[in-house]
Amino acid sequence: MTSLVWVEHDTGAIKDATLSAVTAAAALGEVHVLVAGSGVGDVAAAAAQIAGVTKALSADDAAFDHVLPENVAPLIAGLMANYDAFVAPATANGKNIAPRVAALLDVMQISEILSVESADTFTRPTYAGNAIATVQSSDAKKVITVRGTAFEKAAREGGSGTVEAASGAGDAGLSSFVGAEISKSERPELTSAKIIVSGGRALQNSENFHSVIEPLADKLGAAVGASRAAVDAGYVPNDYQVGQTGKIVAPEVYIAIGISGAIQHLAGMKDSKTIIAINKDEDAPIFQVADIGLVGDLFKIVPELTGKL
Amino acid sequence: MKILVPVKRVIDYNVKPRVKMDGTGVDLTNVKMSMNPFDEIAVEEAIRLKEKGIATEIVAVSIGEQKAQETLRTALAMGADRAILVVSETEVEPLGVAKILQKIVEEEAPGLVILGKQAIDDDSNQTGQMLAALTGRPQGTFASAVVVEGDSVKVTREVDGGLETVSLKTPAIVTTDLRLNEPRYASLPNIMKAKSKPLAQKTPADYGVDVTPRLKTVKVSEPPKRSAGIKVADVDELVAKLKAMGVAA
Ligand SMILES: Cc1cc2nc3c(=O)[nH]c(=O)nc-3n(C[C@H](O)[C@H](O)[C@H](O)COP(=O)(O)OP(=O)(O)OC[C@H]3O[C@@H](n4cnc5c(N)ncnc54)[C@H](O)[C@@H]3O)c2cc1C
Ligand SMILES: Nc1ncnc2c1ncn2[C@@H]1O[C@H](COP(=O)(O)O)[C@@H](O)[C@H]1O
Repeated sequence: MTSLVWVEHDTGAIKDATLSAVTAAAALGEVHVLVAGSGVGDVAAAAAQIAGVTKALSADDAAFDHVLPENVAPLIAGLMANYDAFVAPATANGKNIAPRVAALLDVMQISEILSVESADTFTRPTYAGNAIATVQSSDAKKVITVRGTAFEKAAREGGSGTVEAASGAGDAGLSSFVGAEISKSERPELTSAKIIVSGGRALQNSENFHSVIEPLADKLGAAVGASRAAVDAGYVPNDYQVGQTGKIVAPEVYIAIGISGAIQHLAGMKDSKTIIAINKDEDAPIFQVADIGLVGDLFKIVPELTGKL
Repeated sequence: MKILVPVKRVIDYNVKPRVKMDGTGVDLTNVKMSMNPFDEIAVEEAIRLKEKGIATEIVAVSIGEQKAQETLRTALAMGADRAILVVSETEVEPLGVAKILQKIVEEEAPGLVILGKQAIDDDSNQTGQMLAALTGRPQGTFASAVVVEGDSVKVTREVDGGLETVSLKTPAIVTTDLRLNEPRYASLPNIMKAKSKPLAQKTPADYGVDVTPRLKTVKVSEPPKRSAGIKVADVDELVAKLKAMGVAA
């Protein structure tokens, strides 16, 4: 069985999520990868070096920039004549394109798998991770997205795959990229950080969020996350949201500050190795999952903690 | 233009789901059910487009049990004009839902279909993208802003790094994210009025769609449980713990 894995990249670096998808695909058999966009030759060469990869397809075409699904999905669906499975990381791009590929192939996608049980059987989270379903697919080809936190990352080096050019229909003429507002930060990326400091509604406003949460994160070399309530209220941008419908994280240490612990938030962080919670309400549900809890006012506790580290 | 809004009846987001003892699924007996929250946002967006004079008619669709009528009545009470219930007493997968919606799109010819990005029960995040593929239309997923401009629509999308804007030729498919809007509550008079709005009943067979599942659920189990740990008394104790863990020097 041979899988085609979608390479998530920003024309330069291959994103960690790709490496977890390669590991998941390797459990199914041989692994080829697909790199798409203009000027992606170097990325394809790098992707061919990922441990376990035997071939990298390079689709060098500006129509594939910005991963417009109208252009990328037909490319993948065409290539799938030669593959048994399409495997994408469950990133915003992966979630955008994989179902479009699945429908073009008349396949029911298996979303955000947690494990590969056999060639046709997988586990996946449902109901905000409160029910883990084991599902068996009867489709001839599989279309799968992979939850990054559930699989080890394949090594970036060690493979010796060949690079081959691939091409598709190009621009479908249905959509165009207008622009992006990408958050810039010196801090580690949320989904690959070892330590995350997350703030909730209790921070009250953007100024507090920055002056209370960020110094602690900087002391710890941590990434910064947030609850939906903090994002909705505009304290931080949308890409900080951790949860069922935000980012899924599993760092070594997750520090939840002024976050109540709604099931939708827990869904995104309860696989963290150690959870630390700071909340003034001793009955807050977050304490039911926290390894270490401290009850009290965050506006007193957090600056003191930052000072003492 | 006409707007089609698919709405799913799901477990209420405030309820903690419980896995059935026999491992066949989640126990939904006597559990509060509601409209999928992302679909409320979709209905709200459609209503706002109608209030702006861009949309002319809003059609809500649900595929599911007879009880999904309640969900459609909620959509009608919020402001949808009419509804279609495609009755299936067994669960229809996103691919099957997308195929039924494709037929409805062919019949109704909406300028926009606005779906939720994700149903909070199956957490699939597939249906809108699949519908876009089947109808050959562009897709603007995870939308936090939707601006209709002539025969195109600008969709701002919530992506991993922040926000991205794409321009799509209409007709187009949009899926909602949390920041698109804040859905309204239906007023009592509107709830009364919704009772007399048209609600058509169909079956998957009426559309010639085979909804046989492709995925078999072998079993459903609870995730590994985390147990509560310890509480520390003060910051000094917390600092000591962090040092012991090697997190702080
Ligand atoms: C469809 C849907 C999807 C969702 N997806 C997500 C998601 O992906 N991620 C997510 O996080 N949420 C999500 N939610 C929202 C979720 O249900 C909760 O509303 C949200 O997580 C609450 O955020 P919070 O804990 O910051 O706020 P609150 O629940 O208001 O909690 C604030 C906490 O701060 C504490 N506090 C207040 N003041 C202080 C102080 N001075 N010092 C210390 N503690 C203090 C309070 O005791 C309280 O526990 C979703 C909801 C829906 C309906
Ligand atoms: N049975 C259904 N009836 C109506 N709409 C649905 C149904 N299933 C999914 N949808 C729509 O598709 C969106 C995404 O669902 P899913 O792909 O299951 O996560 C939902 O938010 C709804 O808008």
